[in-house]
Amino acid sequence: MSLLAFNLPIVALLPFAGAALAAWASKINRVASAWTAAAITILALAFLAPSMHLPFQGETLVQSWAWMPAIGLDFAFRLDGLALLFALLILVIGLLIIIYARYYLSNKDSMGRFYAYMMMFMGSMLGIVLSENLIQLVVFWELTSLSSFLLISYWQHRKDARHGARMALAITGAGGLALLGGVLILGNIVGSYNLTDVLAAGDMIRAHELYVPILVLILLGVFTKSAQFPFHFWLPHAMAAPTPVSAYLHSATMVKAGIFLLARFFPALSGTPEWMWLVGGAGLITFMIGAYTALFKHDLKGLLAYSTISHLGLITLLFGFGTQLAAVAALFHIINHATFKASLFMVAGIIDHETGSRDMRKLSGLMKYMPHTAILAMVAAAAMAGVPLLNGFLSKEMFFEQAVFAAETNAWAWLLPVLVTIAAIFSVAYSLRFIHDVFFGGEPKDLPKTPHEPPRFMKIPVDLLVVICLAVGIIPMFTVAPILAVAAAGTLQGVPPEYSLSIWHGFNLPLMMSILALILGVGVYFIRHKLFAIHAKLFERLDARVVYHAILNNTLAFALKITRGFDKGSLQNAAVWIIGASVIAGAIGFMSSSASLFGSREMLPVDPVTLVAAVALMIATVMTVVWHAQRLVSLITLGVIGLVIALGFVKFSAPDLALTQLSVEIVTIVLLLLALYFLPQKTPKEIGRFRIGRDAVIALLSGIGATLLTLAVLTRDFAPISEYFLENSVPGGGGTNVVNVILVDFRGIDTLGEIVVLALAGLGIYAMLQGMKLPAPNKDIYGRFWDTDNHPVIMQTLTRLLLPLMLLVAVFIFLRGHNLPGGGFIAGLIAAVAIIVQYLSNGIAWTGERLKTDMHWVIGFGLLIGTGTGIVSMMIGFPFLTSSFTYITWPVVGKFEVASAIAFDIGVFLVVVGATVLSLVQLGRLSNASHAPHQNSIPAKKQEAK
Amino acid sequence: MLDIALPIAFTLVSFALALSLLRLIIGPDLPDRILALDTLYINSIALLILLGLYLGSALYFEAALLIAVMGFVGTVALSKYLLRGDIME
Repeated sequence: MSLLAFNLPIVALLPFAGAALAAWASKINRVASAWTAAAITILALAFLAPSMHLPFQGETLVQSWAWMPAIGLDFAFRLDGLALLFALLILVIGLLIIIYARYYLSNKDSMGRFYAYMMMFMGSMLGIVLSENLIQLVVFWELTSLSSFLLISYWQHRKDARHGARMALAITGAGGLALLGGVLILGNIVGSYNLTDVLAAGDMIRAHELYVPILVLILLGVFTKSAQFPFHFWLPHAMAAPTPVSAYLHSATMVKAGIFLLARFFPALSGTPEWMWLVGGAGLITFMIGAYTALFKHDLKGLLAYSTISHLGLITLLFGFGTQLAAVAALFHIINHATFKASLFMVAGIIDHETGSRDMRKLSGLMKYMPHTAILAMVAAAAMAGVPLLNGFLSKEMFFEQAVFAAETNAWAWLLPVLVTIAAIFSVAYSLRFIHDVFFGGEPKDLPKTPHEPPRFMKIPVDLLVVICLAVGIIPMFTVAPILAVAAAGTLQGVPPEYSLSIWHGFNLPLMMSILALILGVGVYFIRHKLFAIHAKLFERLDARVVYHAILNNTLAFALKITRGFDKGSLQNAAVWIIGASVIAGAIGFMSSSASLFGSREMLPVDPVTLVAAVALMIATVMTVVWHAQRLVSLITLGVIGLVIALGFVKFSAPDLALTQLSVEIVTIVLLLLALYFLPQKTPKEIGRFRIGRDAVIALLSGIGATLLTLAVLTRDFAPISEYFLENSVPGGGGTNVVNVILVDFRGIDTLGEIVVLALAGLGIYAMLQGMKLPAPNKDIYGRFWDTDNHPVIMQTLTRLLLPLMLLVAVFIFLRGHNLPGGGFIAGLIAAVAIIVQYLSNGIAWTGERLKTDMHWVIGFGLLIGTGTGIVSMMIGFPFLTSSFTYITWPVVGKFEVASAIAFDIGVFLVVVGATVLSLVQLGRLSNASHAPHQNSIPAKKQEAK
Repeated sequence: MLDIALPIAFTLVSFALALSLLRLIIGPDLPDRILALDTLYINSIALLILLGLYLGSALYFEAALLIAVMGFVGTVALSKYLLRGDIME
């Protein structure tokens, strides 16, 4: 198999492995994690390299594996020109950021965590751009929201970082949901979730009646991610992230994911008036608001944030024009913006790092202290402003040209060139401010640090990017032209139109607009102080955050109001709603049906023993209710109920259930006793006769309802699926105990899911109670001091004898489980109880000393064995968890059946033992040394029996 | 022989069951009730073995065995609670 058959998923998934690796490497050495991340990035590039030539030959590489065909989910990747351009941007700029961040992060920051998040984010981005299947694309899209949340909140101790991250997650997460909706409708009408089919069905999609809903939903995803108006406000708050993160997220990746989607769906969705108005409208407003606001930000990163918003608006506007040439211009600007914005963010980081401030009102005259950085900043900022001979100029020219072209389409469109020129004027002004305020003007005053040049390697990534800005700006034909052409072909899914990349197009209207913007931009900069005052008066209070918080708080308050209406914090109240609703729903169901309530089966005769047991059950139940205020007594009657139910299971031919019920019964008693120790010994008295009466009526009604329902089922002849299992148990699963065969074979994956839940519950209890100590009473309910004998000798001796016996029972129950009642679950409970009783009678310290096995490992091995058995059957070509079995003849035992399901059952056994012992012992630890020997008592007779 | 013995045994064990339950209800003290529950466990073992004899099946043996080993643990836990409150220390 050649590399070209499977390299794309490796490129996308490698960074995820890299995340774990980088986190691990940081344990060896801080810097090692940086080099690990860099090495993984280079490796991903190397895996991408063999397929890079394909888009240039006009081919689209698709690698696809069936995953869940039933819901149209393939594991499918694609590489065309557009994907290639983005993958290169993500990887190359990612690599530069990795090098830069190595010097940026201070000794206090955890490098492992940073690079792990970074690699996770890189993988998610690569997944988006390389996805062929749309649902898979949405999955990666969500992953970028999650990993960017982690990156933005990297400095977890800072409140603004946590808030910014939460806001970004809320906005982009909501957009992701809308995108999922849009993609589902889109896939549904096209009949396929594969991009190849979707892109080829453009005409059909545009003509479809659901076109507008699809467009709106997908655009919601795009606009939230790419910070388009009115969702732009999360981006400036995301600046609380470390600067390398901002440089990466806001130049080449995160916010470009939305733009990428616009380009991706360009052939399928563009070319309608709805597209033009929605995309173009949002783009234009964002472009203008961003450019205007950027000038008034005193924080370097704030300025860059709004400038990013503005440039994203520009690109969106270009896509909104809907013409092929505009799409080419948009792609060109994507490349240029990524290069100059990444370098500017890194410069801002350098300045912050070396001066301790990012406030442009404090910074000045840094030219003298860091000339190298200053020159880099100047070139990059000039590119941002659109100064000739730099890359930003070329794409801006193309943009102006498109704006002028669009102006001819209708009567009011002449406004468009005017508006974009105004926005361009502000772009020039804020770019100039970035340079002039920081690097020129007198000596800097009260900076936290004396400024100086940064370490050499911190500048190298910026050097490289600035060289690219220059090279693209001066000789575009020899640098950017090929990749732009191939990206355009990939975006348009066809031959791109004729366009010229030369720097001189003659003295035309776009050039005039550029010159006008440059001159007026300088003018605006020089009257900035007056503008600051006006801005402060007019707009300072305008903050999209206020609206966001209002919406958020109102939604939460509304949800809370509904919840509070039902849930008043009382268990009785909640039970009234649930049980009352079931009773009413059940009653309506029965009354509206004409069928008779009971079937025609005859009742079984009642024998005296069953009658006695049933009466005992009823009496015990009633006594539990009567005594419910005395908790220990009602626990004892609960024990009677459990016992009689187990006997009932035996009587009605469900020995497996009886065994399970008995084991669970004991574990429950131990668990409740452990908890009871910390709880009040008596339930407070209920308030009000009305409530007691109401509860009694509801309880009676639901009891009658359940009885009728059971009778209705039991008096009917019906053919359940158990016939199938009974017939196939021996031929299919090799066991005669159908219950066990169902558990470990037919429905093995359910059982696997259940033991995973059990394992998680055990670990969760362990984690939540870790280190917790609760005060406990030092007297019993009668006010007597507890006995001083911790571990009576008789009890100790007896229970120690019991351990081997109980374990033997467990082994016996386990081994016969496949053919006769028993199995891993019951055996696990017995073994767990055998261990627990040692803790009970000998104490945690004594038992812990002798039982050194860490229950975490037991749980882990259990899961490993369980999953491993499943994977083994997959590897030999059967569905997951298919059991195979054979019969062998042992000397003494005789014919013995060996099924791979037994291995699975061992997994179940281990998880049950581990989780039960872990959680119960952890509960027992809560009271460690809780009641010290009291003063009036005789000193403890003996400490620990050895 | 079994035809005569089994009904008598069933009757007696059922009677014992009822008496144990009575003791559990009238108490009067917690140890009485715990012991009553323990006796109920033992009665159940007898009942299960008798059922096995009656039906001529060995299937009920494990349930009886399980009550024998596990029921004891329940009693130990309850008694430990009376003694110390803290059953695992």
